[in-house]
Amino acid sequence: MSSEKEPLFSAKNLKLITTPLGAQNPITIQVLGICSALAVTVKMEPAIVLSISVMFVTVFSNLIISLLRNTIPARIRIIVQLVVVASLVIIVDQVLKAFAYEVSLQLSVFVGLIITNCIIMGRLEAFALGNKPWPAVLDGIGNGAGYGFILIIVAFFRELLGTGFLTLPGLGAIQIVPDIFYQWGYANNGFMILPPMALIVVGIIIWVQRSRDKDLIES
Amino acid sequence: MDRQGNTYTFLYASVMVIVVAAILAFLAQSLKPMQDKNEAIAKKMDILMSVQIESTAADAEAKYEKYIGENAYVLNNNGEKKLGAEAFTVDLAKEVKKADSDRAFPIYECKMDDGSVKYVIPVRGKGLWGPIWGYVSLEDDKNTVYGAIFGHKGETPGLGAEIATAMFQDPFKGKKLFDQSGSFASIEVVKKGQSQGDLHKVDGISGGTITSVGVGAMLQDCLSGYEKFLKN
Repeated sequence: MSSEKEPLFSAKNLKLITTPLGAQNPITIQVLGICSALAVTVKMEPAIVLSISVMFVTVFSNLIISLLRNTIPARIRIIVQLVVVASLVIIVDQVLKAFAYEVSLQLSVFVGLIITNCIIMGRLEAFALGNKPWPAVLDGIGNGAGYGFILIIVAFFRELLGTGFLTLPGLGAIQIVPDIFYQWGYANNGFMILPPMALIVVGIIIWVQRSRDKDLIES
Repeated sequence: MDRQGNTYTFLYASVMVIVVAAILAFLAQSLKPMQDKNEAIAKKMDILMSVQIESTAADAEAKYEKYIGENAYVLNNNGEKKLGAEAFTVDLAKEVKKADSDRAFPIYECKMDDGSVKYVIPVRGKGLWGPIWGYVSLEDDKNTVYGAIFGHKGETPGLGAEIATAMFQDPFKGKKLFDQSGSFASIEVVKKGQSQGDLHKVDGISGGTITSVGVGAMLQDCLSGYEKFLKN
């Protein structure tokens, strides 16, 4: 134990939150969690609610695994991680059904799909197993946010260009493209709401990010 | 104890499983009454919504009492009331698998503010990924659709899940279940743009074909059993 106590929000700790938003983004750089990024980005609302749920699970699974890290036998560590993640997801699902029934209806299958999100297991393996609880919590926040932020950008473009609406939690569907545009001959691009366009939008984000940050380009 | 040894690993796994199982079982048990209540309220809201009565989670039970109350019963496929069966607790998921002759057909009679009576029929069928369900309300001629609402477990957002929106549900209003000769014609969900002017067809959702067709099949399957009751 070091006698000097590191401040809770030291520069090193803050970096744990900021790097997953940019240079170590789980989706655009590490290409983890792509499956759900493709599946739930047709509308803004499920994308936002899923981002929050994933963040909750990354934070708490990182915390629990980090607390247990010195006791977990190496040979069954993946199983232990899976049990922790699955239990958290079940807890989220059950609590939502009891206290926020309408939200749970909107999320339907996506809550269960959090278990299969590669980011969560990836962070447990790569970070929580080797770090103290507090940095692990920050890492969970950072990666949850980095994932959610890309999800929301993708959903924004897909919903706007595909339907002309944006659906926000609590506000419902809001028409963004005015009717007059349609009278002038503008048409929604129905292709945007099909899964392949999610991949292309993620691809464009990766392209933009790499062209702005030359460090990310492999030699 | 050796942290990498077999004994420790087995013990660790066993303790973990028991602890997790206990936590989850306790949680599920203690939340169950609240979840059941939420489900019942959501069902009442759906039933009221199909007769175009808006309700919230807070006032759904009171409104259900006021408009429907005890006027819900279970029919057999001859249109006769089954005694001693309660409509609200009928599990449609089980009923739709039975043969028509031993199936229970619940129906809700709703007395509206203007004194008219609407009939609400619950329906249940299959979408692309899982179950879909809904409530169809009929005018007092027992033929014209007054309103319809649909729900689903996990259809694709933006595609099949659109059956739960007004855009899909509104065109059902005014459609008819029986054709001019008086035989049961149901309401079919057809390719977008092909339903114009037809009293037995409604537009489907582009990209959500399997769910749309599932709605049509669900209506055919669930409403046909009420034929004798509706013709009386």
